[in-house]
Amino acid sequence: MILWRQLNWEGRAGAALLMALVLMALLAPLIAPGDPLAITGEPMLRPFALELHPLGTDRLGRDVLSGLLHGTRTTLLVAFFSAAVALSVGSIVGTLAGFLGGVADTVLMRITEAFQTVPGFLLALAAISVTGPSVPTLIFAISLGNWTQAARVTRAEVLSLRERDFVAAARTLGMRPLEIAFREILPNAFGPTASLAAISVAAAILIEAALSFLGFGDPNRVTWGSMIAEGRTVLRAAPYLSIVPGLALVVTVLGVHLIGRGFSRAERLQP
Amino acid sequence: MPPLVSFFLRRLASALPVLGVVLIGSFLLLEAASGDAVDSYVARSGAMDAEQLAQLREEWGLDQGPLYRFKAYACALARGDLGWSTAFERPVSSVILERLPVTLLLMGIATALAFVVGSLLGVIAGARPGSIRDRILSIGSLALYAVPGFWLGLVLIVIFAVDLRWLPVGGIETIASGKSGLARLGDIAVHLILPVASLAMVYLALYLRLMRDRMSEIWRDPFVKALEAWGLDRRRIVWRHVARNAVLPVVTMLGLQAAAMLGGSVVVESVFAIPGFGRLAAEAVARRDTPLLLGVILCSAITVIIANLLVDLAYGKLDPRVRAGR
Repeated sequence: MILWRQLNWEGRAGAALLMALVLMALLAPLIAPGDPLAITGEPMLRPFALELHPLGTDRLGRDVLSGLLHGTRTTLLVAFFSAAVALSVGSIVGTLAGFLGGVADTVLMRITEAFQTVPGFLLALAAISVTGPSVPTLIFAISLGNWTQAARVTRAEVLSLRERDFVAAARTLGMRPLEIAFREILPNAFGPTASLAAISVAAAILIEAALSFLGFGDPNRVTWGSMIAEGRTVLRAAPYLSIVPGLALVVTVLGVHLIGRGFSRAERLQP
Repeated sequence: MPPLVSFFLRRLASALPVLGVVLIGSFLLLEAASGDAVDSYVARSGAMDAEQLAQLREEWGLDQGPLYRFKAYACALARGDLGWSTAFERPVSSVILERLPVTLLLMGIATALAFVVGSLLGVIAGARPGSIRDRILSIGSLALYAVPGFWLGLVLIVIFAVDLRWLPVGGIETIASGKSGLARLGDIAVHLILPVASLAMVYLALYLRLMRDRMSEIWRDPFVKALEAWGLDRRRIVWRHVARNAVLPVVTMLGLQAAAMLGGSVVVESVFAIPGFGRLAAEAVARRDTPLLLGVILCSAITVIIANLLVDLAYGKLDPRVRAGR
């Protein structure tokens, strides 16, 4: 609750939006039981026409509301975990580069630069082409292009922390170098990296949506991207089939950005 | 040595290790992909028995160790040979060269539009931080920043191509229109309006925000207070002093976003059925054409490096403190 009081209106709006989305994801099997990919009604029902299908049905007669609710699960799952993987990998690489210095630093930063040079979306496509699409491989593929910023930020922070007194104290205590790097320096350097969390989550949501829009998402799960792609085939007759899941995407990404801004403002207020 | 030449040489020297890492990465990808060059050759030319297959593998050096294969791969690349595209049945390099100009055109116009409109709107918002105009533009850009480009493309198609019928649904030009010269150019321009808009909007929002935030920081700088105390015209302070300083991070961002925009063009080109470089990546994955995918990755890395080089040159022109070659 202390956290809530620190947030400005932007952060609160974002937090409320995300809470609603998490609730949607958790309650999806209760509100819309059964397989969201199952055909449950007449195809191409308009929204609000039947009480059974409040948002209508798609080209094959699958319920749009059910797809939307279950899609929340895939989106949040993939986005959250790939951002977590990206931030962890990035901060480990950044810590090693900043702490070890010398050749290790050069090599690690060249690798980071190479990953930044290739578009993240192409990296994800390439990874998916090798591993095949499923939720774990999607998480891996998306984080491939997402960890570099965290590595750079952590490295810069580690470089400024490396010469501090508490590191010298740890060395005097006889801690091993890697122990110092990961138990003393990394926890202190993580703050600025954590502020990248919102950007990483938002990027992951958009990449996942684009991948599944192109048909490279997990075929056994309903996602907003695949719903947009499905609706696209009947874009002239039923544009809402593409527009509604896209709106869900916009609201989610907006919520993530808002909460990110809220947190960064709250942090800046601290002395 | 002229400063510009030494600048290019230094940039080339720092780009080579990066390209080397990309090369190693794509080789590993090639190794991880199922099937090798012989498999795709057989798929193309028809049946072969196991003995012939083994013979061909020996001939192409595929039975050697990974180091040898990597050397062969790197040597072929150095000669400009990107391999054979199984999906298009043509050399990868010719497919890419055919597709690249369209994407560069799309990206170039989108970048220019996003930069010009975004930073102008950013100046309007940042001229008076906290004003009504600032708030409206800030909220608008935050919302726009959350919109996925491909979905925006679909919405624009529904509005401008399906409902209003003002603009074409997709493609890069009217097929077999027989147009030439200016008429053809105009035709291409009309086809590019919607894709450029859907690609540029996100970056427009980004540059607007960046410009606005930087300007509101600069307003607090002592030198601005001094200018105000001198009684300098406010419009002059906004444009000549605050905006000019705030545009530098936006220019830096242009280079950083080159890779992201190339990634974005993959989906936007698919939405608008534009035969470009980005869509090639999606086609390569869908048709399991690994050499083509690697070619696309390598070429996009080179494109991004060149884009950053151009941005750095422009930066030197804009900021007297940073001059290329010094």
